[in-house]
Amino acid sequence: MPEIFVVTEHRKGKFRDITFEMLALADSLASANNCSVTAILLTDNASGLSEKLRSACDCILVAEDPAFANYSYDEYLAAFEKIIGQRNPSLILVGNTAMGMDLAPAMSTRFSIPCVSDCVNVEISDDGSLKLKRQIYGGKIDASLIMKPSPRYIVTVRAGVFSADGNIGRNAKIENFSVPAFDNLKRRQFIEYIEEITEDVDITAADILVSVGRGIGKSENIALVQEFADAIGATVSCSRPVADKGWLPKSRQVGTSGKTVKPKIYIALGISGAFQHQAGMKNAGTIIAVNKDPNAPIFNIAHYGIVMDLFQFLPRITEKFKQGA
Amino acid sequence: MDIVICVKQVPEVKDADLSINKEGTDIDNRDDLVMTINEWDNYAVEEGVRLKETYGGTVTLITIGDEDAEDILRRGLAMGADNAILIDDEAFKGSDAQGIATGLYEVLKDLEFDLVLTGVQSFDDGWGQVGVMLAELMNLSYATLAVKINVQEKGLIIHRELESNTLEKVKLSLPALLTIQTGINTPRYVSIMGIRKVRNIGIEETDAEELNLPLDQIGFEGSCISLRKLSLPPAGKAEMLTGSLDAVCETVADIIRKKGGIS
Repeated sequence: MPEIFVVTEHRKGKFRDITFEMLALADSLASANNCSVTAILLTDNASGLSEKLRSACDCILVAEDPAFANYSYDEYLAAFEKIIGQRNPSLILVGNTAMGMDLAPAMSTRFSIPCVSDCVNVEISDDGSLKLKRQIYGGKIDASLIMKPSPRYIVTVRAGVFSADGNIGRNAKIENFSVPAFDNLKRRQFIEYIEEITEDVDITAADILVSVGRGIGKSENIALVQEFADAIGATVSCSRPVADKGWLPKSRQVGTSGKTVKPKIYIALGISGAFQHQAGMKNAGTIIAVNKDPNAPIFNIAHYGIVMDLFQFLPRITEKFKQGA
Repeated sequence: MDIVICVKQVPEVKDADLSINKEGTDIDNRDDLVMTINEWDNYAVEEGVRLKETYGGTVTLITIGDEDAEDILRRGLAMGADNAILIDDEAFKGSDAQGIATGLYEVLKDLEFDLVLTGVQSFDDGWGQVGVMLAELMNLSYATLAVKINVQEKGLIIHRELESNTLEKVKLSLPALLTIQTGINTPRYVSIMGIRKVRNIGIEETDAEELNLPLDQIGFEGSCISLRKLSLPPAGKAEMLTGSLDAVCETVADIIRKKGGIS
């Protein structure tokens, strides 16, 4: 029976959500195609972690070693070198995350396994070929792929796409494996995690967020957004390009690498809505998006959409509230 | 410090109305799109030039593209790069990430350098794989998603951007490859005058044959993908508010008042 590997991801002793999202995907692929699911767990302390995987897969393949306390590609590649040859998996799922983006392409090159990144759908056809879906051009185009035949594939999976809510109901056996000595590796050494400290406003505490994106054009225009936010008692947040350009501090950034917010109202102004941004705000109560591009991906998750120039919209909407006051 | 930076020219589509050809193989109105340097790569060029300005050395740019890709090389030269290499070959069309990394490798393996920079990903295909694959082919140490570089006596201290407002600090030996995340710096402005000043710098050109690249490793033949079909995403779920500026703003104001519980 073919085996699907899921490369589990954890930080500071806790699994990242992507781990269970991949296990849910692997479960549905395995059920439809008579495969088994094996979770790969590389850690310095398996005891707490492996229990959480037990009902989500058929086998937990564990290597416990102090070198696995924090992810580093040298050690991970050494571990995979050992198990891929032994187990012969047909599909290896990795998160399209800071860890997976660092690891998967190196696995692909080192072990000569084709790798497709950032997939939002994975299917195995009746003839056994692998069909994948991904988004290109910042989410403005969908690409459906059929892969050439290969004994195995690496697929990296976009975070937040596959639901991890269901109870999978498998019953895993645990198998341990040992890893070779790492003495001659250490080309890259983990030092520490740095959690960025919020020094100004906490955007996660706001009921209403007025969030500004690249469409605002220049730093000086942020004042227009602030004026609108002040008029409705909202807090100003932003998408990545605005923080990248230093127009607002990084602590105001909504998205995968920034903050996840869940306000009552989220007003997205000039934000195209890359999936990294959507991941940080899609659970807001009401999402209102204003963008001059009618095809901006933000309109896929907004409740209300307005195709309009920001510089027309902003003064007029602000005026509505100033009049009311 | 001698630095090689891999860059890519991509179409600017942020506000463009895209259509797909009827075969589903490509953007139909590609000729209408403005070509530009991939955003991540622009940050990489700026970072490389700043390192050169601080520590001395040279910056060499490499791209795979057609003759139009010379524009982004000239732009990079205007920012302060010293040399540029263009791998100009139709044979790369349809390449997957491994095919592109293989092409870059064939040039890089004959260069001397301390550091290779690429963008984290390209805007168009968004593979996010070429940098790491190139590092693996070259047997270099690497770090992806770099948002800060500290040069030490022996090696580099890098901040990698992780999820959830967290950075990871790592130490790397040299030579190394870094994939550069946006926001690591503020790229300098490039004027037309600046580009004009570097017009006499020669751009070295090469192709697959000169690099002895087997054609079954690049292009469609070398790609792991057998068929790619493009489509526009289904229309969004949003209720689109239309009408006069005032009517739209009034509706939005009502929604804000109702949902936000404000008067």
